[in-house]
Amino acid sequence: MSRTLWILAVLLSHWRRHPMQLATLLIGLISATALWSGVQALNQQARDSYDRAAATFGGARTAMLVARDGTTFPQQLFVDFRRAGWPVSPVLEGRVQIGGRSFRLLGIEPVTLPAEVGNAPAIGRAGLQSFMTPPGETLVAPEMLSDLDLPQGARPAATSSMVLPPLRVQPQLVPGVLVVDIGIAQRLLDRPDQVSRLLIGKSGAGRAALETIAGDRLRLVEPTAESDLERLTDSFHLNLTAFGLLSFFVGLFIVNSAIGLAFEQRRPMLRTLRACGVSARMLNTVLVLELVSLALLAGAVGLVCGYFIAASLLPDVAASLRGLYGAQIPGELTLKPEWWIAGLVIGVIGALAAATASFAKAIRLPVLAAAQPQAWQQAQHRWLIWQGAFALVVLAVAAGFLWFGDSLISGFAVLAALLLGAALGLPVILEWVLSLSQRSAGRPLAVWFWADSRQQLSGLSLALMALLLALAVNVGVGTMVESFSRTFTSWLDGRLAADVYINASSDAQAAEIKAWLGERPEVEAILPGGRAEAQIGGAPVEILGLADHATYRDRWPLLQSSANAWDRLHRGDAGFISEQLSRRLKLTLGDRIDVPASGGNWTLEVVGIYADYGNPKGQIAVNFAALTRRFPGIPLTRLGLRVAPAAIPALISGLQDKFGLDGNNLLDQATLKAESTRIFNRTFAVTSALNAFTLGVAGIALLTSLLTLSNSRLPQLAPLWAIGITRRRLAVIELLKTLSVALITTLLALPLGLLVAWCLIAVVNVKAFGWRLPFNVFPLQLLELLGVAMAAALLAALLPVIKLARMQPTSLIKIFADER
Amino acid sequence: MNDKRLISRRAFASSVALLGLGRRSALAQSFAGLGIDGEGFATVMPGKVFAFPADHGPHPDYRIEWWYVTANLADSKGTAYGAQWTLFRQAMRAGAQAQGWANQQIWMGHAAVTRADTHRYSETFARGGVGQAGVEAEPYRAWIDSWEMRGLDAMSDTTLAPLEIKASGADFRYLLRLDTDRALVLEGDAGYSRKSERGQASYYYSQPYFRASGSVTLDGMPVQVTGQAWMDREWSSQPLASDQTGWDWFSLHLNDREKLMLYRMRQSDGHDYLSGNWISKEGKSEQIFPADIKMMPMASTDIAGRKLPTSWRIEIPARGMAIESIPLNAKSWMGTSFPYWEGPISFSGSHTGLGYLEMTGY
Repeated sequence: MSRTLWILAVLLSHWRRHPMQLATLLIGLISATALWSGVQALNQQARDSYDRAAATFGGARTAMLVARDGTTFPQQLFVDFRRAGWPVSPVLEGRVQIGGRSFRLLGIEPVTLPAEVGNAPAIGRAGLQSFMTPPGETLVAPEMLSDLDLPQGARPAATSSMVLPPLRVQPQLVPGVLVVDIGIAQRLLDRPDQVSRLLIGKSGAGRAALETIAGDRLRLVEPTAESDLERLTDSFHLNLTAFGLLSFFVGLFIVNSAIGLAFEQRRPMLRTLRACGVSARMLNTVLVLELVSLALLAGAVGLVCGYFIAASLLPDVAASLRGLYGAQIPGELTLKPEWWIAGLVIGVIGALAAATASFAKAIRLPVLAAAQPQAWQQAQHRWLIWQGAFALVVLAVAAGFLWFGDSLISGFAVLAALLLGAALGLPVILEWVLSLSQRSAGRPLAVWFWADSRQQLSGLSLALMALLLALAVNVGVGTMVESFSRTFTSWLDGRLAADVYINASSDAQAAEIKAWLGERPEVEAILPGGRAEAQIGGAPVEILGLADHATYRDRWPLLQSSANAWDRLHRGDAGFISEQLSRRLKLTLGDRIDVPASGGNWTLEVVGIYADYGNPKGQIAVNFAALTRRFPGIPLTRLGLRVAPAAIPALISGLQDKFGLDGNNLLDQATLKAESTRIFNRTFAVTSALNAFTLGVAGIALLTSLLTLSNSRLPQLAPLWAIGITRRRLAVIELLKTLSVALITTLLALPLGLLVAWCLIAVVNVKAFGWRLPFNVFPLQLLELLGVAMAAALLAALLPVIKLARMQPTSLIKIFADER
Repeated sequence: MNDKRLISRRAFASSVALLGLGRRSALAQSFAGLGIDGEGFATVMPGKVFAFPADHGPHPDYRIEWWYVTANLADSKGTAYGAQWTLFRQAMRAGAQAQGWANQQIWMGHAAVTRADTHRYSETFARGGVGQAGVEAEPYRAWIDSWEMRGLDAMSDTTLAPLEIKASGADFRYLLRLDTDRALVLEGDAGYSRKSERGQASYYYSQPYFRASGSVTLDGMPVQVTGQAWMDREWSSQPLASDQTGWDWFSLHLNDREKLMLYRMRQSDGHDYLSGNWISKEGKSEQIFPADIKMMPMASTDIAGRKLPTSWRIEIPARGMAIESIPLNAKSWMGTSFPYWEGPISFSGSHTGLGYLEMTGY
C-alpha cells in the first residue's frame, strides 16, 4: 500500500511542476461533466414532472373511458359501469381562473379511485373525510402556494365568483393543478352530474361488454407507458441531450490532449520508476488511480457547475416547455442522488476513455527506451492517412443514414456522423492545405512558417477539431433559428387573422357578447371558433372550426391546396390538415381521413395542408358549422372579431367593463402576436445558451493545447532565435501561424455548418416537430461568427505568445545546453 | 398496536378507515371511532317496535348499519362451502341527508367464498347519493357495484324471502337463492341487543332459517350447491364501549333445527361481555345471559402475524350444551382494509351442526 502511495506521490510531482497542465486537465474534465450533467439535470427535472403529471389521477398511465365526442357525459354512466362490474372512478376536469390566471381543476372521487392511479393514499392519510365533507379541500403542489402567494388553508375565489375549498399541499401533485372532490368540481365548473372520464382500476372481476352499458357513447383509451407529454417533448429533450453530448466530447478532447502530453513528458519518470523495480501492472494501476481521483475531484466541481448551468437555464426551459407543450415544470431545481453519482461515473468513464491511448502506451513502455517527447506527435502523423480514410467511411455512413433513415434518431445519427467525419478529416485537409502553401512559399522563413505549422498540427489537431465542431454547430443552429424566426413571424401575420380574440366563460356569455357586438358598428365581422379533440392513429388531434369568411379565405396561410379548397371546406366533407399531421399520417391532398365523432366516423377529404408551427398536436381545420353539427357538445365560447384598427382599444375596454373579461380571455392581435413570439424566442434561448457554452469550451480547448505546446516547442524556436530572429518577431510568427490554422478551420467550418443547418431543417426538425422550414443562408451571421472564431483563436494564442515575447534569453540558450 | 386491537366486528367504523387506504394511522382513528359516542346520531333505546318492510331499509339517523348473510353450503358430492355477503353503511356525520356527492353515507361491501382448501374474498367501497350503492326497503334491494341482494317477486316482509344474492371477485363468484317460510327473529331483548354493561347496544334482528341453493364458481368452475343461510340486520350509533377491543361471534345451525347466536365482546380489563339468543324449533328467541355462557378458545392458528383462536369450546349448562367447534378452513382470513377472520365452522358434542364464526380485533 505504502509503495502505491509513494509511486502516486512521484507521479503527482509532475503536476506540481506543470500546474498549467494540471489546470488544463481539470478544465477539460470539469467542462465535460458540467455541461453534460447540467443538461441531464434539466431533462431529469422535466421528466420527473411529466411523471408526476402522468400519475396525477389518471394521466396516460391509466386506462380510461372517455366520451366519443370528447365532451363530458352523465355520471349515471359511472354508476352503470360500477353496477356492471367495472372498477371505474369518475373524474371531472375543467379550468378555473384565480387572480386572472387559468388553472386545471380536477374533480376526483377518492373512494373508488383505484389505488394504482397514484396519489389517493396520501389523501387518506391526512383525512379523506375532510377532503369530501364541505367545505372540502383543494389539493395543490407545494409550488402552487408560492405561485399564488397564498398560505395553506386560504380559500381563493375562482371564476364565476365561487370560492374554492381551503388549499392544502400535496407534494406528489404537479404545479398548475387543483384537485377537489368531484362533487365540489361539478359545482365550481357548473357541470352538475357530469364527468369527463372514468378511470379504470386493475382489479378485475367479470365485467359486461362496454357497448352493452354505454352504447357507442364512450370509448376505451388504453394506457400508454409513455405519457403524451413525454412523447411530445421527446424531441425537445433529444435536442438538449445532443448538445450536452457535444460539449462532453469537446471537453474530452481537452482531457485527451492534456493526458497525452503529460504522458509524454512523464516518460523519463515512468522509465525511471520501472527501472527501480515497479512492475508495469503496478505502474498502470497507479496511473489509473491517479486519473480516477482527478476525474472524481474535477467531476465534483463539474457537477456543481452543472447545477448552476441547469439552474440558470431552467427558467427558459420551463417557459418553453410550458409555451410549447403546456408542460408544468417546477421552477426550483431538485436533484436526486442518482444524478450526482451518474455525473461522477460519466466523468470517470470519459476520462478513462480519453486516456486509453496513453495507458496502452504505458503498458508497452520498454524499460530502457529513451525519452522522446515528440514521438507521439510523429506517430500521430502516420495515423493521418488512416484517419483520413476513416473520415471518408464515417461520411459515407452519414450519407447512408440520410438516405435510408426515417426517424429522429437517424436524423441525429446523420448529424453525428457528419460532424465526426468532418472532424476526423480536418487534420488531413489542414495538412494538405499547409503543404500546398509550403510548396508555393518562396522565402526560407515562409517555408519554415508553413513547415513548422505542419509540424505543430498534430499537437493542435484535437483542439482544432473541437473548434471546427463548435463552430459548425453554431453556424447550423444559428441558421436554423434565424430561418425559423423569420418564417414564424410571417406565418403568424397570416394566421392571426382576426383583430380581437375573445374566450367567453360560458356559451351563454358568448351569446350575450355576440348580441352586444352585433350592435356595434365598428365590428366588421364576428368569427365564431370552436375546438374539439379526437384521437386519430393513437395520438390526440385537435379539430378546429373556421367560420366561412373572407378573412380566412384571404389570409389563412396554406402550404398546399386543392382547387376551390375553401368552397369544399364550406360543404363540410373536406378539411385542411396541419403539416405535422400530414407527415405523421402520411396524408396528402385528395386523401381521406376518418375523424371519430358522435354518431359515427366523419370522413373528410384533405383539400389543404397548412403550417401549424409550435403545436405539438396534429390539427384538422374544418368548417365551423360542420364542426358544431358533428361535435354538438363543444363549447362555443371562442370569438374572433374583425374591427377597424382605430376602434380596437375602445372596444376592448368596453368588453372588459361590460362582461368582466380580463387579459386571459380578451386579447388583441398585437398582444397575442407578441406573446407567441416571446414563447418562440424562449424556446431557442436554451439552444443559444448551450451553443455559446460549447463555443466557449472549444476556445478553452484551443488555449490549453497552445499552452501545453508552447513549452515543448522551444527547441524548434531556439535555433531561429539563435540565427537572429527577435523574440518579438518570433512571437508574431507564432501568432500568425495559430491564426492561419484557425482561419482555415473556420473557413471549413462555415460550409460544414450550413450542411448541419440543412440537416437540422430538412431532417431533424421535420422528424422532431413535423414541420419543414425554407432554408436560408444569412451571410452577415456567418461573417459575425468568423470574427468571433478569430477573436477566440487570438485570445487563445495571446497568452503563450506573450510568454514567448517576454522570455528570458537564458531560457532559449538553455535549450542548447539541455540534454535534449 | 392500538389500531389492530380496536378492530371490531361488523362495525365498519369511520369512513376514513374503510376507504381502504390502508394507513395504520387512519385505521386507528377510525376504529377508535366505534367507541366514541354517537353525538348527533339517534340513540338505541329498549322498547323499539320493529316495522317491516321499513326496517329492512337503511336507518341513516344511526351511525352504522349492516346487512349480513352467511351460508353453509355443500355440493352434490358433499364438499362443504361457505359464502359471505355483507353490506355496511357508515355516516360520516349526523344531520339531514345531503344530496348527490355531498351525501354523508359511505358504503362498504365484503364478499367471500370458503372451501376447506381455499378462501377467496373481495371488498368494495362506494359513496351514497349517486346510486353506486344503497338499500331500498320496497321493493327490497341492497346493492354495491355489481353485488346485489334483492327480493324476488312475492317476497314477504315478515320472512324476508325469497331473496337472491350475488357477488364476485377476481377469482370467485356466486349466485344464491334464499328461501324460507319462517318469520324473522328478534335478537337480544326483543331486538334490543346489549353490547356492554354500560349501555352500548344495537337494534338486531335475524333470519336464521334460510334454505340456500345456487352456484358457486371458483376459478371459472361453477358448482351447484345447497345448504342453509343466516341473515343478520343490525344498526346502532355506538355499538362498542371504549375499552372493548373486538369480538368472537357465532351463528350456529343446530341439527335439531334450533339456532344459537352467541358473542363475546372482549374488554381490555379482561371482563368480557358475553351474550346470546337461543332460538327454538318454533322460532321463539330467548336471551342467554352472561353468567350462563362459557366460551373457551382452544387451538389457535397463526395468520398474518396474528394468533387467532380458530377452535372453541362452548358451554351453556342451563341448556345442556357442551360443544367444540372446528373451522372448515382455519385460514378464513379476510385480508380486507380492516382485516378479520370469518368462516364456516362445524361443531360436535352435546349438539352437532354447522355455523359461522367471526373474530375481530386480533
